[in-house]
Amino acid sequence: MHTEWIISAAGGILIGSAALLLYATSGRIAGISGISFGLLTGASDRGWRWWFLGGLLLGGWLAAALSTLEAAAPPFSLDTAARMLGAGLLVGIGTRLGNGCTSGHGVCGLARLSARSVAATISFMAAGMLTATILAKLAGA
Amino acid sequence: MRERLPALLAGLLFGVGLLISGMADPQRVLAFLRWGAGWDPSLAFVMGGALAVTVPGFAILRRRGRPLYAERFTAPASATVDRRLLAGAAVFGLGWGWAGYCPGPALVGVGLGHWSAGLFVLAMLAGALLTSRATR
Repeated sequence: MHTEWIISAAGGILIGSAALLLYATSGRIAGISGISFGLLTGASDRGWRWWFLGGLLLGGWLAAALSTLEAAAPPFSLDTAARMLGAGLLVGIGTRLGNGCTSGHGVCGLARLSARSVAATISFMAAGMLTATILAKLAGA
Repeated sequence: MRERLPALLAGLLFGVGLLISGMADPQRVLAFLRWGAGWDPSLAFVMGGALAVTVPGFAILRRRGRPLYAERFTAPASATVDRRLLAGAAVFGLGWGWAGYCPGPALVGVGLGHWSAGLFVLAMLAGALLTSRATR
């Protein structure tokens, strides 16, 4: 149990260092939803976004290849497919309306002492916990 | 090069961090978001570890005035907490608590070739596009 905490904290330190590196060099906020959607909406500064997201995918893949920490994908089922589509849609809508996700508001915004990010983080943490808890109860867990 | 290399390095670090932290495993995320018996608090240490770096780091940087390779630090245009922000964040939380994926970990899942993450990201991008169109 304790080792899980330590590994999670180490991962968090890497995430924070990545956000700090981007902010220190380019002054940009490492918010994954904003960086991705900039590619869709035709932002003029697409180059660095591709490089950052390419690094993100490669980094995750490398860490999985060099460790035993990757969790297997769930077996295919229509139930899981519908959940992924529905939840993905909500996350896309919500992060657009709310201008950010766990990384932009939670990791960078809180560090910038942004009142908007504090409010958004409280809102999505509360909604996430309520949803997960209620769904588990309904499933009879 | 001054744009791309830091972006690539930051992305790499971010991706490694997401995977080893456990955030890229939706089942662990749900076990963290789910209160009650069997609650797994370890993912709180992810945000704790990240903030331990960004809070002092951002404060020091802002005092220095400007980033290394750019004119200024970008700051989101709006500063007011409004209903749109709170509702948007809540809708995001709804999806997060349903599937256990938020945007970064879902993209890492795509890199791992997980079919479920692929569907999630496609729907997420569609949702974002629709919202941009509808609120323009």
